[in-house]
Amino acid sequence: MTRKHMTRRQFMATTAASTVVLAAPHVSTAQSAGKLSIGFWDHWVPDANKATEALVREWAAKEKVEVQIDFITSQSNKILVTIAAEEQAKSGHDILAMPTWQAAERARNLEPVDDIMAPLIAKYGAVNKTVEYLGKTDGKWLAVPATAGSQMKGPASRLDLMKQHAGIDIKAMYPVGAAPKADDWNLDNFLKAAEACNKAGFPFGIGLGTTSDSVDTAGALFHSFGAALVDASGKITVKSDPVRKALEYCVKLGKQYPADAPAWDDASNNKWMVSGRGALIMNPPSTWAVAVRDAPQIAEQMWHHGMPAGPAGRFGPFLPYFWAIWSFSKNKPAAKSLLTHLSQESSAQKMVEASKGYDIPSFEKLTTFKVWSEVGPPQGTMYHYPNPHNHQILSIAAAPAPPKIAVQIYTQGLQTKMIVRHMQGEPMEKTLAWAESECEGFMRG
Amino acid sequence: MVDVAAPPSLIASRSRQRRSLRTWLGRKSTIAFFLALPLIALIAVLVVYPAIYAVHLAMLNKSMERFVGFSNFTFLFKRETFWMVVWQSCLFAITAVLFKAIIGFIVAHFVHNIPAKGQRKWRGMLLVPWVIPPAMSCLAWLWLFDPSYSAFNWLLVKLGFGAIPWTGDADWARFSVILVNIWIGAPFFMIMYLAALKSVPEQLYEAAEIDGANWWQRIWYVTLPMMRNIIAITALFSLIVTFANFDIVRVLTAGGPLDKTHIFGTWAFRVGIEGGDIPLGASVSLFMVPILAVAAIFILRDITKRGSEV
Repeated sequence: MTRKHMTRRQFMATTAASTVVLAAPHVSTAQSAGKLSIGFWDHWVPDANKATEALVREWAAKEKVEVQIDFITSQSNKILVTIAAEEQAKSGHDILAMPTWQAAERARNLEPVDDIMAPLIAKYGAVNKTVEYLGKTDGKWLAVPATAGSQMKGPASRLDLMKQHAGIDIKAMYPVGAAPKADDWNLDNFLKAAEACNKAGFPFGIGLGTTSDSVDTAGALFHSFGAALVDASGKITVKSDPVRKALEYCVKLGKQYPADAPAWDDASNNKWMVSGRGALIMNPPSTWAVAVRDAPQIAEQMWHHGMPAGPAGRFGPFLPYFWAIWSFSKNKPAAKSLLTHLSQESSAQKMVEASKGYDIPSFEKLTTFKVWSEVGPPQGTMYHYPNPHNHQILSIAAAPAPPKIAVQIYTQGLQTKMIVRHMQGEPMEKTLAWAESECEGFMRG
Repeated sequence: MVDVAAPPSLIASRSRQRRSLRTWLGRKSTIAFFLALPLIALIAVLVVYPAIYAVHLAMLNKSMERFVGFSNFTFLFKRETFWMVVWQSCLFAITAVLFKAIIGFIVAHFVHNIPAKGQRKWRGMLLVPWVIPPAMSCLAWLWLFDPSYSAFNWLLVKLGFGAIPWTGDADWARFSVILVNIWIGAPFFMIMYLAALKSVPEQLYEAAEIDGANWWQRIWYVTLPMMRNIIAITALFSLIVTFANFDIVRVLTAGGPLDKTHIFGTWAFRVGIEGGDIPLGASVSLFMVPILAVAAIFILRDITKRGSEV
């Protein structure tokens, strides 16, 4: 066996060549870093896509990467169909935006992104537990939490109606520029307010359907009682006291909703608020944005704030979007470089501003941008929307069940179905037995 | 170089082969096969391959890493919701087809009796529900049935009746999706029955009239027997299409409330795409195959019978 010794000069040359290869996306020869195809979520807010596109083009020009950008709508679940098709074909975009559960669902085909997340967390602070639950599998980050599309689904109330009929000064509870003074904002008072507003002819516009707005609210209320249908270890815990209490409460509350709440979809609550028929809905500020355009007198009275607290705490529904890189991507170094660029504070700020405050970065140091306290009317309506004072625990319905089971509970709307069944007269134990049987079905490996 | 003469028997055999190849190529059936080959290839790519792939998917476990045979199907048999979907699909398809056939038959008679001059306009107008893309017309129906702002309810309330939970109550929701399916599909029956009516020889009616047959007897003994094949084929064809429906239910109720309007297509989408369990979703959709195959056998049998009658 012959042994070849490397000279110092050869060593230097090899090291330099390796560095060049590793830093490929940063080479500044024309088109030297190849092509990159990205599928972003098509934003609801007009012009919000433009900010994302501008950030990508800016990066591409600097890094000499040829980019192709597609904005894929979530209408009719097109984004879900695209994800499923690309995963099956093992071909498609290099980077794809993935709603809530998709990163955990597609874990086996995603490129780990610990090398992106570790520096970002070090720089911008920890991400909330919900983002970690959805974006991390077996200790590895498999997707980067996206600013574009990530949203809170907390209450958006009518200041005038809540004051007039429920005697609650929402603005005093959630003042602009200061921490919430909401110790009395609990589930009992929330129910009393719902009853009062319903009696006055302005019911809370909360749905009991199986689309995400309805499911998110039910999930947060269940969490407020410490009620989980399946625990983190995968054990079914439907027949437990917290679940019984949560169900009992949700039925009492559900009786104050509009009579057709079981048929509501994600558009119903928006229409309810914009038409002036409701005192409160659970929605990100997209409803407010529509009201600014179509019903400014209603928009002027809308305030976004935190959830009421329950026996187990105050839980706010948070739905993150993710950017993920397929494991079959042909240009992973460029993809990682772009995601790092898009996750910087300056990029996040541009996206938040373009979305008029709708988007929320997941890192704890990025929830205090000026736009949230400036946007209006009424000025400061969104100050508490991104949870700047960590006033509530950000959660997602069906957690802490293992994501593979939780996604079934979530998409089947198990909690809202339980509420409707019990509300329509089915005995509590029968409803629980049905839910338990459904959960058993979701355990299929 | 040595020339070796082929034995006469080999030459004769080769010439026979050439002749038979020429004969085979010259056959009408061979030409027809080659002409149909592009279509066969298209069907193979767009229908056969996805069908085989769906069978493959249906036999994998949830994470699609392991072959599990028929486990997904046996799992479905144990699920309460699945049997509800089977029942609802049958209810949806049979009720809708029955009413589409009845309405189509009645309207076809009305149109048939309109003088030829104005008939084209009526035919065109009556076909509108069928030619509009279903997703678009369903959106219009969705607005009419909207839980909070239903135009129908506005009218009912104005007339002094109570509002109806069109999509909020299970029974009303089932009624609504079936109604929309009938609205979209009835014109197809109408046009097929109208064509059949036009092909019934006038002499048969004249003979029946001479025999003293009344209106009902003319329908029962002349029209219906003459239209029997087209009625059967149309009904069975529509049964297949209605059974495999997706868009109407998806747009109007998305399967709700409490899954009471889910049919195979929408349930498969909910489980497979939205729920991330593609093998189970494929199994749900494949469950339609035996049911639809029975209907297809009937169609093909009728077509064969009809062909032999010509």
